Amino acid sequence: MSQRFRTAAGGRIDRARPLGFSFDGRGMEGFAGDTLASALLANGVHLVGRSFKYHRPRGILAAGSEEPNALVEIDRGAGRRTPNLRATQVELHDGLVARSQNRWPSLAFDAGAVSDRLAPLLPTGFYYKTFLWPPRAWARLYEPLIRRAAGLGRAPDTADPDRYVQCYAHCDVLVIGAGPAGLAAARAAAGSGARVIVCDEGAEFGGSLLAEERARIGGVPAAEWLRDTLARLEAAPETVLLARTTAFGYYAQNMVGLIERVTDHLAAPDPALPRERLWQVRAREVIVAAGSIERPLVFPGNDRPGIMLAGAVQSYVVRYGVRPGRRAVVAAEGDSAYRAALALHAAGVEVAMVADLRDAAEGALPQMARDAGIPVRSGATIVGTAGRLRVRSVTIGFSGGRERVAADLLCMGGGWTPSLHLYSQARGRPRHDPTIGFVPRTPVPGLTCVGACRGVFGLAEMLADGAQAGAAAAMRAGFAASGESWAVEDAPSCECAPPRAPGPGSGRAFVDFQNDVTAKDLRLATREGFRSIEHVKRYTTTGMATDQGKTSNVNALGIVAQAVAAPVEAVGLTTFRPPYTPVSFGALAGVARGALFDPVRTTAIHGWAAAQGALFEDVGAWKRARCFPRAGEDMHVAVARECRTVRETVGLFDASTLGKIEVVGRDAAVFLERMYVNALANLAPGRCRYAVLLGESGFVRDDGIVGRLSADRFHVTTGTGNAALVLGLMEDYSQTEWPELQVWLTSVTEQWAVIAVQGPRAREAIAPLVEDVDLSRQALPHMSVRSCQVCGVAARLFAVSFTGEIGFEINVGADHGLAVWEQVWERVQGLGGAVYGTEAMHVLRAEKGYVIVGQETDGTVTIDDLGLGWAIGRKKQDFVGKRSLSRPDLAAAGRRQLVGLALDDASRLPEEGMQVTAAAQDRTAIGHVTSAYGSGTVGRAVVMALVADGRARMGEIVFVQMTAGAMAARVCDPVLVDPEGARLHG
Amino acid sequence: MTYSFLRLAAEALRGQTGWTPAWRDPEPKAEYDALVVGGGGHGLATAYYLAREHGITNVAVLEKGWIGSGNAGRNTTIIRSNYLLPGNEAFYEHSMKLWEGLEQDLNYNAMVSQRGVLNLVNSDAARDAAARRGNAMRLHGVDAELLDADGVRAMVPYLDFDNARFPIKGGLLQRRGGTARHDAVVWGFARAADRRGVDIVQNCEVTGIRVSNGRVMGVETTRGFIGAGKVGLAVAGNSSRLAGMAGMRLPIESHVLQAFVSEAIKPLIDCVITFGAGHFYISQSDKGGLVFGGDIDGYNSYAQRGGLPLVEDVMEAFMALLPLAGRLRVLRSWGGIMDMSMDGSPIIDRSPIEGLYLNTGWCYGGFKATPASGWCFAWTMAKDEAHPLNAAMRLDRFASGALIDEKGAGPYPNKH
Ligand SMILES: Cc1cc2nc3c(=O)[nH]c(=O)nc-3n(C[C@H](O)[C@H](O)[C@H](O)COP(=O)(O)OP(=O)(O)OC[C@H]3O[C@@H](n4cnc5c(N)ncnc54)[C@H](O)[C@@H]3O)c2cc1C
Repeated sequence: MSQRFRTAAGGRIDRARPLGFSFDGRGMEGFAGDTLASALLANGVHLVGRSFKYHRPRGILAAGSEEPNALVEIDRGAGRRTPNLRATQVELHDGLVARSQNRWPSLAFDAGAVSDRLAPLLPTGFYYKTFLWPPRAWARLYEPLIRRAAGLGRAPDTADPDRYVQCYAHCDVLVIGAGPAGLAAARAAAGSGARVIVCDEGAEFGGSLLAEERARIGGVPAAEWLRDTLARLEAAPETVLLARTTAFGYYAQNMVGLIERVTDHLAAPDPALPRERLWQVRAREVIVAAGSIERPLVFPGNDRPGIMLAGAVQSYVVRYGVRPGRRAVVAAEGDSAYRAALALHAAGVEVAMVADLRDAAEGALPQMARDAGIPVRSGATIVGTAGRLRVRSVTIGFSGGRERVAADLLCMGGGWTPSLHLYSQARGRPRHDPTIGFVPRTPVPGLTCVGACRGVFGLAEMLADGAQAGAAAAMRAGFAASGESWAVEDAPSCECAPPRAPGPGSGRAFVDFQNDVTAKDLRLATREGFRSIEHVKRYTTTGMATDQGKTSNVNALGIVAQAVAAPVEAVGLTTFRPPYTPVSFGALAGVARGALFDPVRTTAIHGWAAAQGALFEDVGAWKRARCFPRAGEDMHVAVARECRTVRETVGLFDASTLGKIEVVGRDAAVFLERMYVNALANLAPGRCRYAVLLGESGFVRDDGIVGRLSADRFHVTTGTGNAALVLGLMEDYSQTEWPELQVWLTSVTEQWAVIAVQGPRAREAIAPLVEDVDLSRQALPHMSVRSCQVCGVAARLFAVSFTGEIGFEINVGADHGLAVWEQVWERVQGLGGAVYGTEAMHVLRAEKGYVIVGQETDGTVTIDDLGLGWAIGRKKQDFVGKRSLSRPDLAAAGRRQLVGLALDDASRLPEEGMQVTAAAQDRTAIGHVTSAYGSGTVGRAVVMALVADGRARMGEIVFVQMTAGAMAARVCDPVLVDPEGARLHG
Repeated sequence: MTYSFLRLAAEALRGQTGWTPAWRDPEPKAEYDALVVGGGGHGLATAYYLAREHGITNVAVLEKGWIGSGNAGRNTTIIRSNYLLPGNEAFYEHSMKLWEGLEQDLNYNAMVSQRGVLNLVNSDAARDAAARRGNAMRLHGVDAELLDADGVRAMVPYLDFDNARFPIKGGLLQRRGGTARHDAVVWGFARAADRRGVDIVQNCEVTGIRVSNGRVMGVETTRGFIGAGKVGLAVAGNSSRLAGMAGMRLPIESHVLQAFVSEAIKPLIDCVITFGAGHFYISQSDKGGLVFGGDIDGYNSYAQRGGLPLVEDVMEAFMALLPLAGRLRVLRSWGGIMDMSMDGSPIIDRSPIEGLYLNTGWCYGGFKATPASGWCFAWTMAKDEAHPLNAAMRLDRFASGALIDEKGAGPYPNKH
C-alpha cells in the first residue's frame, strides 16, 4: 500500500479523495488537504533537497513558510515551471509534478556533495581570501565555476502564460493571521459592523488550532469553535476572508501588500482566473496576529533528513494524519515539544525518549508524557546524530555519560520566536525579554500585535488578547465593539524555552540550513572582527537564504552574543526586510505587461496611415508615421520623394502629436512672458511666435509656437515628447512662484488633431476647404492664427511652417480629425502632392537649419549655443532661466555652438552621435554630430553639429570620426535652403 | 595577516582557528592628522589612499554604525565607465583601472567581475544617444561596442526582443564593465587601510563640526571630541546633515532608492543589462540572486525604505524585459538614501571652510566610483587642491554654470 505512513484515522485530510502526484518521476498518492510535504512524508519520503553550499542531503524541517530545506520545482507545463517553492506550502492537487533541485545526477547521489568533503577548506568567507592569483583568473576561471555551482532552482525557459491582477481595498480593520488570536480579533471587529479583511497564508484558517487535538474553547472542542467562528465571519456582510494570502510588506500609513495565490492549488484551474492577485490594502487599523516560529536546536549533525521541528511534527500527525517516522526521539528545550511526543505516541509512533535539555522537566506536559509511558530524561544534550540520507540514530549526553538511541525521527523543540516582521517593517522597535526573546516595545500608531507574535502564548491568553485588541481597533475606527471571552479547558500550560546559545560542541552544527552556515562559521566571523550582527550576516550569509532566516536568525544572534560576550539585546536583530515570503514578479507587475506596459498613444489619423502602409516610429509614447513608401520603394527612396514633393508641390503631414497647452486667464500673457525667453506680452491676437523655453539653469528645454487667440487666450505647442514636462514646469511656476497670476493651464494635446499642409501649393490646397478666412499672404501672413471653419468643422488655422515652405496647420477636434484629413488629402492628391512622415519632416527642417529640441540639444545647450539668441526679448526684465544665463561658464569661450558641416566626400553620410575633432588624429573631441541626413535638395549630406566655438570656425576644416576613419568636413552655416526666407513668405 | 590559498589550506589543518580580526577595533585618539567621516566605500578608500599614496597614516575613519551600513552595502554593485561628458569620463575610467588591480592591491577578493554592461537601445533616439556615448568613449580609449539587435540577441537570447512596446533594437556594450561584491569592497578597503595604520572607529557618530576662524578644528562625536586639521566628509545620503553642522547648505537633496534581489536561481543573466526605456538595471550575483533596481521614489527622504508604487514600476520593467520572470520571486527589497546633486554628478572639492573637504553628490552611481573617489579625495585632502581627474567636480560649478549634466535633466535632483 502506498501512504504507508498514514495514521489509521483522523486529520483534516479527505481520505475519500486520493490524489496522484509525482516527485522526481516517482508516482505517489496523497489526499486532498495534503501539502506536498505531508504527502511525501505519508509515503515515507524524507530526503527532499540538497543544501546550497555543501549539497548536504536535507529533509523537511517545518510545516509552513519558514521551511529552509524542502525547496522543489513544480512543473505545470510550458512556461509554468516554478522553482524554489517550499514543499510545506505547496498544496497537493491531482497530477502535481514536483522535482528536487540543485543536484546532479540525482538527489540521492549528488556530485556537488564533494564540497562537503572539502568543507575544512571552505570556512565562511573563504572566497574573500583566495582566488586572488593570477590576477585575471577570477573572471575567467574561478567565478564561472562558482556561478555554475551556485543557484537553486531553474528559471522557466519561456514567457509566463499566466495572468496576474491587482486590486486595491480599504478597510477599518485588517487582521493578518487567522490563528486563535487573529480569529478572536476578527470576530470582535466583524461583530461591530466594521469593514474587516482577514488574511492568512495557509490554505485553511485556524493556524495552530488546526493541529489542536484536545483543547476545548467555550465548552466545545477547538475544531468546533473554529467552525463556528468561520461561519460567523463568513456571514458578516462587511468582512472579507482571504485564505492563501500572505501579508508580505508593510508600507507607510498602514498600506499593507497582500499576495493571494488563486490557482496554484487547483488541478485544472479555470483559465479565466488569475494565478495570483496583489492586494494593496489601506487599513485604518492593522492587527498583526502572525504567530511565532519554532527554533531548531543547534547541535552537531542537526541537519539530517528526519530531523524536524517538534511543532511541525505535531502538525503532520494531527492535521495531516501522517506518521513522520517509526521511532522518534524528541529533544525538548521547553514544554511545547512534549505535545509532539504525545501526538506521536497517540498515533502509534514509538517515542524512544524525550531528551529534555533542561535540568528538570516538571510541568503538566512532561507529566502527561510520563503518564503515557514515554521515557523522559532531563539534563540531556544532543551530542550528535548518524545516518546519511536519513537520521538513523541520535547520541545523547547526560551527566553520567552518552547514550546512542536508534531513531528515524528526531523532533527539535527549541522554543518559539515571535514573528516581528511586519511590526518591524512598520518601524516598531522590539525589546528583548529574557524568557521569550524579542517582543514588540514601541507602539506603532494604527498597528497592534496580538497573540504569539507579541509573546502571548497560552491558548486562553491568545484568545483574550485577540478579542480585546479586535474590539479596541474597531472602536478606534469608530464602531461600538466589545470583545467576547471564552473559557478554555484542556490546554495544558506550556513553559516557553528562552532562546539560548548552544554549547561549543565538536562537529558541524547548522544554524542556517539552506545556506549551510554553522555555529563555527559564526564564531569564526566574530574572531575576524565581524562583530555587528549585520556584518556577521553578510560575512557568513546567515539569514540570507530564501527563508530569510526565519528559523536561524535568533539562534545566530545567540551564538554571536555569546562569542562577543555581549548581551543579546546589545547585539540586536538584523533589519526585517520585505517581503515576508518571496513574491512573484508577475503579481507585482500585474496587467502592465506587453502592450499595456506603457500604453501606446496614436493619433486620429493613425489607422489611415497604417492602411497606406506607413512605417511607424516611437516618439515618446506616440507612434508616428515615419514615411509612406509606395510599392517598390525602400525608405530612402520614399523619403527622398516625400521631401521633393513638399519642396516642389505640397505635402500633408500628421502633426497631431505635438504637445498643446491652452493658457487662459487675465494674466495669461504675463505668465507666458515670464515663462518663455521671447517677448510675448505684445503679441497681437491672431499672431503666433516661435518661442523658446529654458529651464531654471538656463539651458534650452523646449520650443514651440505660441499663438494668441484673444487677449486672454493662448494656444501653445510643445515638442511631442516634451508635453508633460512643459506642462509640469508651467504648473510648478504657476502654483509655487507666481500664485498671484490668474492663469489656467489645460493640456489639450489629445483634443486637437493637427493636419499640416506644407509646400508651394499649400494655400491652393486648403483654400476651398476653409471658410471665412482670407488666406492671402497679406491677410494671413506667415505666423498667424485664425479660428474658423474647415470642412465645416470648427478649427484653428495656423500659418506656420517647419519645412521652410508655405505652411498651414489645421487644428480640428480629434473626433473630426480623420474626416477633415481625408478631404485635405483629396485636395493634396489632386495637386500631385504627397503625404509625408517624420523622416522627411526631419530632413526638410534640417535643410532649413531648424533645430529639434532633444536632438540638437541634450539639456546642456544654451539658446546662444543654438544661435537662437535673437529670440530673447531684449527688454524683458525676467524669464525662466534668465538669471542663469549670466553665469560665467554659460557665456565662456569654448562652448559648443550649432553649425553645419559640409563633408568633403559628398557621397558620405555621417551618423548622428559621431565625434568631431580638430585634427584627424586627435583624441579629444571638440564636438559631435547632432543630425545628419541625405538631401536631394542640397545635393549632399545635411549635417548639423555642435562644435566648440563653431561660429568662429566658419570655413575651417574639422574631422568627423567615422567608423572607418576620420573624414574632413568644412564648418558652414546650418541654414542651407532659402536663407532669406523668400519661400516661406511666398 | 596576508590572505592566500596556502594560508587557507594551512588553516584548514587546524580548524580555521588562526585567523585574526580583519581590522582592529581601536578607541579613537584625541587627535589625528586627518579624519574621514563616513565608513562607506568612499570614506574607507579615502583613508586607504591617504596612507598609501600620501603617507598620511595618522588617520581615522569615523562611522556612526557599522562600516558599509549605508549605500556601500545597499547598492546594485554595477561598475562601468561609460560616461559621456569630459568632466566625468576620465574620472570613471580611472576608477575602472583601479578596480582592475584592486584585489591584488588590497589582498582581498572583492569579486570584481568584468562581465560586461549592456545598455539596451529601444528607439532611434536611444540609438543616437548610445552612438554618441560609444563614440565619445572610444575616442578617449575606453572600450565600447555598438551592437545591433542580432548582436544583442546572441548575448542575451532570453530577453523579449519583440516586446509590443519596446522592441530591442541594439545595445551599447562595455565589456570591461560589470559588478563587484559591495561588502567585500568595504571590508577590503577597511582591512587594507587598517594594515597601513588607519583607525577604523565604528559606532562613532559625528554630531558637530568645530570650526574656528574659518578653519576646521575637529569633530564632536558620540565618543567625544576628536581633533584634526583636516576633515573629509564622505557621508553620501547624510551629506546635507553633516554640512549643516558646519553651517553650509549643499546643492544636494536626499532621496530614497530601492533595490531588490530575487531568490537564487541557476545562472540566467551573465552580464549587466540596463533597460533605459523602463529605467531598469539587472545582473545576477554569484550566488544566483537577480539583483536589480529602477528609479528613485521621487520625494525627499531620509527613511531607508520606499513605497509599493515604485516596486510595481520596477517589476513592470522587469517583466517587459524578461517575460519568463513571472514566476520568479523577489526575496528582499531595501532602500538607500541617495545624495542627489543638482546636475547628477558628484562634488569632490574643498569647502569654503579651511581644512574641511566635501565628497558627495553620488546619486545612484557612486559605487563604481569608489576607488577613484577615494583616490581623488585623498589627493585633494593631502594637497589641498583638486587632481585634474576631479577638477571639474567643483562645488562652485552651480554658481559658475560649468555643470556636468550627463542626462541633461536640469536642476532637478529627482530627475537624474
Ligand atoms: C539601492 C541602491 C543601488 C545603487 N546601485 C548602484 C550601482 O549599481 N552602481 C553604482 O555605481 N552605484 C550605485 N549606488 C550608489 C552607491 O551605492 C553610492 O553612491 C555610494 O555607495 C556612496 O558612497 P559611500 O559608499 O561612501 O556611501 P555610504 O556607504 O552611504 O557611506 C556613508 C557612511 O556615512 C555614515 N554616516 C552618515 N552620517 C554620519 C555621521 N554623522 N557620523 C559618522 N558617520 C556617518 C553612514 O552610516 C554611512 O556608512 C546605489 C545606491 C543604492 C542605495
